[in-house]
Amino acid sequence: MTRLKADQRHSVRFTLNGRPVEGEAEPRMLLSDFLRHQLGATGTHVGCEHGVCGACTIVVDGMLTRSCLTLAAQVDGCELKTVEGLAPSADRLGVLQQAFRRNHALQCGFCTAGILMSLDHYLATHPAPTEADIRDLLSGHICRCTGYTPIIQAALEAAAQLASSTKETSDA
Amino acid sequence: MKPPAFDYLRAETTGDVLDGLAQQGGDARVLAGGQSLMAMLNMRLAKPKLLIDIMRLKELRQIERKGDAIVIGAGVRQADLLAWPQLAETLPLVALALPWVGHMQTRSRGTICGSLAHADPSAEMPLTLVALGGEVLLRSAKRRRRVSAKDFFAGMMLTARADDELIEGISLPLVKGSRVAFREVARRHGDFAIVACAAMRTPTGVRLAVGGVADVPTARDWPVLDGSALDDALNAFAYELGARDDVHATARYRRDLVRLIGRDLIGEVLR
Repeated sequence: MTRLKADQRHSVRFTLNGRPVEGEAEPRMLLSDFLRHQLGATGTHVGCEHGVCGACTIVVDGMLTRSCLTLAAQVDGCELKTVEGLAPSADRLGVLQQAFRRNHALQCGFCTAGILMSLDHYLATHPAPTEADIRDLLSGHICRCTGYTPIIQAALEAAAQLASSTKETSDA
Repeated sequence: MKPPAFDYLRAETTGDVLDGLAQQGGDARVLAGGQSLMAMLNMRLAKPKLLIDIMRLKELRQIERKGDAIVIGAGVRQADLLAWPQLAETLPLVALALPWVGHMQTRSRGTICGSLAHADPSAEMPLTLVALGGEVLLRSAKRRRRVSAKDFFAGMMLTARADDELIEGISLPLVKGSRVAFREVARRHGDFAIVACAAMRTPTGVRLAVGGVADVPTARDWPVLDGSALDDALNAFAYELGARDDVHATARYRRDLVRLIGRDLIGEVLR
């Protein structure tokens, strides 16, 4: 049993996009704030702070997670993936990110990090989603710019591209 | 909006949880998936001195068949139950209602029992518990007790849980062979229900349970009814629920939904 005192900072360690990280947090510190302010990982955005808008969505131990509804202390020892982990390298975008760019699936970009995380997580286990599946997934996010249509288009395009790139094309 | 300050206790045994609740009582809150409680903390609608995190307890993560019931532990997430291979066969009503709970991004962490503890009058899991006539398994350092669904929900976001009690799990009776139906009207899929209804065939007739209208989900049993007798029964029930106007819908619209959805679902389960 571990009891962390309210008025003290405590060490929190976890794996962020494959790298071990560490910082200090009071028990009340939200994971979204810990990522941004303690670790400088500002790709995760903070919108409504009560779990509705979806901007802060990340992946914790394979589960889609609202980081604003999670305490930093809760994820001690866990594996986290954020939007910073999506691109294969600093100068290249991932397949999903490229599809967003091609389809103008973002304007201001505030909601985009969360939506990318939801889609990245979903497409990994659902390689052939229907438009209805994508709409259902996106009901957990609010975008005030795009009207969603280009986001759905980008998601379906990325899904098709990811599915074809994993198909065998040679017997060699 | 940030939560107020609290101590955080990462429980390793159920004993840790019960001791924490015994010592801190009403100043302690149990943290499971956090999909309701964390929002309440961020908005400062709850100001506990101690949060007891139960999600590292393996013993609370079980879904078990015990005789004619399924027992779901306090740590079982909504997504875990949705993915449970025996769900559709053993708890068909839960299989219909669960996809309406929040969004995929919140079901992944939110727990079944957490939703019951929060007791939002429009929430689907409290409605399902009442419709099935399930029981809530409460445990404190001193005693264990079982509370029936209709006695558990005491009012809007109020339950019969005492300050020193943990909701250890729930017990849902198997409704094998019994026809069930569920329907909800909300602004968007995943939003709070304006009206949600569950119906099931019972040995003596039919049961309709309604959420989102009264302060607590409410069930009513009837013998097999049809025609104008059914219309009259549904109309009386709709009025008894005491619907109120709010920003989402008028009382009259809610009564309309109870009558219309109620009739459809009862037709479905009696077909």
